[in-house]
Amino acid sequence: MIALTDVKKRFGDFVAIDNVSLAVEDGSLTALLGPSGSGKSTLLRVIAGLEAPDEGTVEISGRDATRLPAQKRGIGFVFQHYAAFKHMTVRDNVAFGLKVRRRPKAEIAAKVDELLRIVGLDGYQARYPAQLSGGQRQRMALARALAVEPEVLLLDEPFGALDANVRAELRDWLRRLHDEVHVTTVLVTHDQEEAMEVADRIVVLNRGRIEQDGPPRDLYEQPANAFVMGFLGPVARLGDTLVRPHDLRILGEPRDGALEAQVARVVHLGFEVRVELELDGGEPLTAQLTRDEAAELELRGGDIVWVRRPGVGETSAETLAA
Amino acid sequence: MVVDRRARIGLRVLALAYLAALLLVPVAVVFYRTFEHGFGFVWDSITTPAAVHAFWLTLEIALIAVPLNTVLGVITAMALVRSRLRGKVVLQTIIDLPFAISPVVIGLALVLVYGRNGWFGGWFADHGIQIIFAVPGMVLATIFVCLPFVVREVEPVLREIGDEQEQAAATLGASRWQTFSRITLPAIRYGIAYGVVLSMARAIGEFGAVSVVSGKIAGETDTLTLLVENRYQNFDVAGAYAASALLALIALATLLLMLRLRPRKDQA
Repeated sequence: MIALTDVKKRFGDFVAIDNVSLAVEDGSLTALLGPSGSGKSTLLRVIAGLEAPDEGTVEISGRDATRLPAQKRGIGFVFQHYAAFKHMTVRDNVAFGLKVRRRPKAEIAAKVDELLRIVGLDGYQARYPAQLSGGQRQRMALARALAVEPEVLLLDEPFGALDANVRAELRDWLRRLHDEVHVTTVLVTHDQEEAMEVADRIVVLNRGRIEQDGPPRDLYEQPANAFVMGFLGPVARLGDTLVRPHDLRILGEPRDGALEAQVARVVHLGFEVRVELELDGGEPLTAQLTRDEAAELELRGGDIVWVRRPGVGETSAETLAA
Repeated sequence: MVVDRRARIGLRVLALAYLAALLLVPVAVVFYRTFEHGFGFVWDSITTPAAVHAFWLTLEIALIAVPLNTVLGVITAMALVRSRLRGKVVLQTIIDLPFAISPVVIGLALVLVYGRNGWFGGWFADHGIQIIFAVPGMVLATIFVCLPFVVREVEPVLREIGDEQEQAAATLGASRWQTFSRITLPAIRYGIAYGVVLSMARAIGEFGAVSVVSGKIAGETDTLTLLVENRYQNFDVAGAYAASALLALIALATLLLMLRLRPRKDQA
């Protein structure tokens, strides 16, 4: 378990982490999600021992690690830009942590081969990092971090530098790996989709503070505030209320509580149809419908419709503020 | 960019002519003049006791100054790039000082500080150590003029590789020394090698600063460059040429060494 208590970190005048307390359970995969400058990477680096907190304590597996240097924390760290040891082969990269621990050669060789098989780089032992693709380098970095059998695996935007399709593939792969290896993992990302897909718990950070913390579904369905709601998915503003575009109902005739709007554009996105509307006051509003719903309404640009938010499962900035 | 063919050829001829007039022709003349009277004469000229002494003294000074500067240069570069040191600007300026100040002035400054009547010179003299007009002073002068080379070669390389690899090594359990020796040092080794070669060339070829602090005691504090001047002043032109040729050969050897040290492409 990782336990952070009242952690504070400043860089000059900038407060990177503002009194954060957080507990990460053993074997979980937690995502620290937030925009850039929210302090998520700094928080991860504080856990790793790459940054020292100004105040507060860090506990890893029950022992106080606040003053412990990175090399003694029993962690594995994966950097956004791989941090591959360029002058070493893939084999030597992965073996590094074991070599500095002076493990027997035979053990190192066996472990390295096993890990490279797990990350799908079997046969690449003699290559140099420069001869690998970005995705392969990051898998090598992951094998390197796992080689020392860390109690905690820390990933700092690990897929941020990769192409979209490689990113999706590695995400999927990381989830499966975690189900196999079960090492306590903390992942930093600014991509809500990535966090929702991979993590079993999401911690949303903003301006150095935790906005909300919980399972992905809870955060999506019961966001604690407007920031979390906006960060976890698309939002439409209906008067003073924030709603998800797919929660909006479009009606062909006036109804109590429904607002009049004009259809500006209908965009077909396969299964989904995005309807761009303009409210009375000229405010834009986007609704998301299924293909069947849209077909039933026979929407066309210029049509006048009535928009209503659903009675159940609604979330509004107003009710949250109250 | 499209450049007129004639203009291109003209530029090349100009560049080569410039190089030839200033560098190739004089060096070639030195070699020609050296061997004008036959190889035997040259051999005799560079094997006189004074010449042999000068040769070994030159090497001795270089072999003390260059390793010292290399170790300190790497430490300084690390401090400049990796630490949150205050007063980095001041340090940067101090390192460039030997580039900015004329070697003769450096020599004079050393005499003022370490000479018999200088600030520390008296103290050293009382303890039986002579610095100025002796080998220690010449080593000091050489260290001073070679100071920037290793730092200036290593610093940009350190900046370019960044500290992520070092951080990764730390998270993998490497101690500071292990991180330095296994990650940082291999990454900056070409930078160090360039710095060493440049320092070596400068140390062997240095004239101004060493000349001032050496006192030019023939057969005692003559380095090769001082020997060349000495012989030239004494109308032993042929002897001066021979010593020059030897210096040029050493310079050429260091240059070739430098070319061989170019990093391999896949690791650059």
